[in-house]
Amino acid sequence: MLEIKGLNVHYGGIHALRGIDMEIPDGQIVSLIGANGAGKSTTLKAIMGQVSKTSGEVIWNGNDITATVTKEIVKQGIALCPEGRKVFPDLTVEENLMIGAYLRKDKEEIRKDRDWVYELFPRMKEREWQLAGTLSGGEQQMLAVGRALMTKPKLLMLDEPSLGLAPLVIRDIFAIIKQIKEAGVNVLLIEQNAKAALEISDIAYVMETGFITMTGEGRQLLNDERVKKAYLGE
Amino acid sequence: MNREISKKQRNILTASACLIVLLLVYLGNMLIPPTSGMSMMFTVLEKGAIYALVAVSMNLLNGFTGLFSLGQAGFMLIGAYTYAVLSIPAASRDSVYQYFDGGLIKFSIPEIFSNALGSMLGETGAVIGEYIGMLIPMILAGILAAIVAFLIGIPVLRLKSDYLAIATLGFAEILRAFFQWNALGSITNGSNILRSFSTYSTPLFPVIISGICIVFIILLINSSYGRAFKAIRDDEIAAEAMGVNLFRHKQWSFVISSFFAGIGGALLAMFQNSIASTPFTSNMTYELLLIVVIGGIGSVTGSIIGSFLFVACSEWWLRFLDAGSFLGMDFAFMRPGFRKVVFAVIIMLIVLFYRQGIMGTKEFSWNGFIVFFRNLPLKIKNLGKKHKKNTDIEKEAR
Repeated sequence: MLEIKGLNVHYGGIHALRGIDMEIPDGQIVSLIGANGAGKSTTLKAIMGQVSKTSGEVIWNGNDITATVTKEIVKQGIALCPEGRKVFPDLTVEENLMIGAYLRKDKEEIRKDRDWVYELFPRMKEREWQLAGTLSGGEQQMLAVGRALMTKPKLLMLDEPSLGLAPLVIRDIFAIIKQIKEAGVNVLLIEQNAKAALEISDIAYVMETGFITMTGEGRQLLNDERVKKAYLGE
Repeated sequence: MNREISKKQRNILTASACLIVLLLVYLGNMLIPPTSGMSMMFTVLEKGAIYALVAVSMNLLNGFTGLFSLGQAGFMLIGAYTYAVLSIPAASRDSVYQYFDGGLIKFSIPEIFSNALGSMLGETGAVIGEYIGMLIPMILAGILAAIVAFLIGIPVLRLKSDYLAIATLGFAEILRAFFQWNALGSITNGSNILRSFSTYSTPLFPVIISGICIVFIILLINSSYGRAFKAIRDDEIAAEAMGVNLFRHKQWSFVISSFFAGIGGALLAMFQNSIASTPFTSNMTYELLLIVVIGGIGSVTGSIIGSFLFVACSEWWLRFLDAGSFLGMDFAFMRPGFRKVVFAVIIMLIVLFYRQGIMGTKEFSWNGFIVFFRNLPLKIKNLGKKHKKNTDIEKEAR
């Protein structure tokens, strides 16, 4: 379980996160929705130790990881699939996946996980030797998710996995997110596509200008008047 | 029909190609008299091998890790001086360091080994001893360059792209001035040249040493470390999110690249027989950068091909342009320096028509080599048919 307590982040003069509290319990999909610039990606980067925090605590399974370096956080089982996919365009699909397993030494397990990723994304298996830069947007997103899974995470954080993708591809990706959860990986999902995210999530947080303004079950928020007005366009 | 060749076959092919090249160099060196025009070939071979090593080390940094560094000449300078200072025979030190009372260091590592093995095994022992003794200051040259790179990397590698290039370029220039400093004269001989140190007598030596070093770099690039370097080049944020420690890996890449630049510097010192710090200017770095760009940023074989082409063009093939006459006719514009004009034009043409360099990011492969020659007749036959793409031709070949 991941707990965030009173987290504050500043970018120069901008106060990006203003004391947020969150909880990501085991065995659930948690989503974080909100408009552009609300601080969603910053939250993920702060958890990963990629931006420095002004105050607050991040606690992962009882360990304080507030000041831990990114490499150690990855080792402890938190993986980030960054916004905009960010696959390594000049490496092959296979090499991209192997970078995900960079910190792991257990060759046998790595091979098993790679086979699992290929099972989740059969298209990746077909394109094993292709350079990642030549894949389509949806395939790159699948590769990015697969690459993050190769770190063998207990918590997978996905930053806007539906960004710039066709509706059909988005449906596939969300179906796979469910499958990943069923395999025992906790998921923290950031989305602008609020409807799709709320439909699959057990718990959801709504974020506005650095604050958490609402929280509740996914289905429940889907029917909330304020959420409908602000994010679902109804 | 099985068109692919297996890994084993590939290794056999590579090994035999290397042996044949070495044998040719050895025989050529024995048979071709040093006075003939062909002896220039060995100069090109030696200098080309040395430049190839440094270019590949620069490619490791610029092409594979994405760090735009221009400090290569500085690290070569460290390597060249380290080697030279440790390898001048004791008897020659008084004349070399004539302004500094024979210098501070009074021994020569190759000489020590040569004497030790010579007294045990006679004449051949002395020669073998000298070669073994030459390897040690050469490795020390690499290590010193690596240590300096480690220290300078701590502040400098926090910079990105152009800023890193400016900082490393400045560092190399400072280093050059530092080695000319009179206060260090008893070691570096101030602004005077260092000479009469031990050097090789067969072109096989630089070729073999460069070859071994390049193989090391290739193994590194193909390891999981190399994969992490490439990941950093492609996307730092994603690489970090996968648990790659950015700074540590950049530092490793910088240190390893500098280590081999240092060894390249030591080889260059041997090649030139005497060294001073003046030629190690940014110009030398630019020559290497040119080789890397012409060969293809991100291709080891490209850098090797590029360096031999570069050295052959600048030292040998274009010499006739300076001679004043061509095919029996005199031309006023063909005076010394004209080859540089032609050379510049050739470089511009390459940059215009081969944007990615000769090899791009590809590497030489036996498969590609065989397929290329198998399809060559078809390609020539289809030369007139402009609309046909190469892929179609290859399909036809099947």
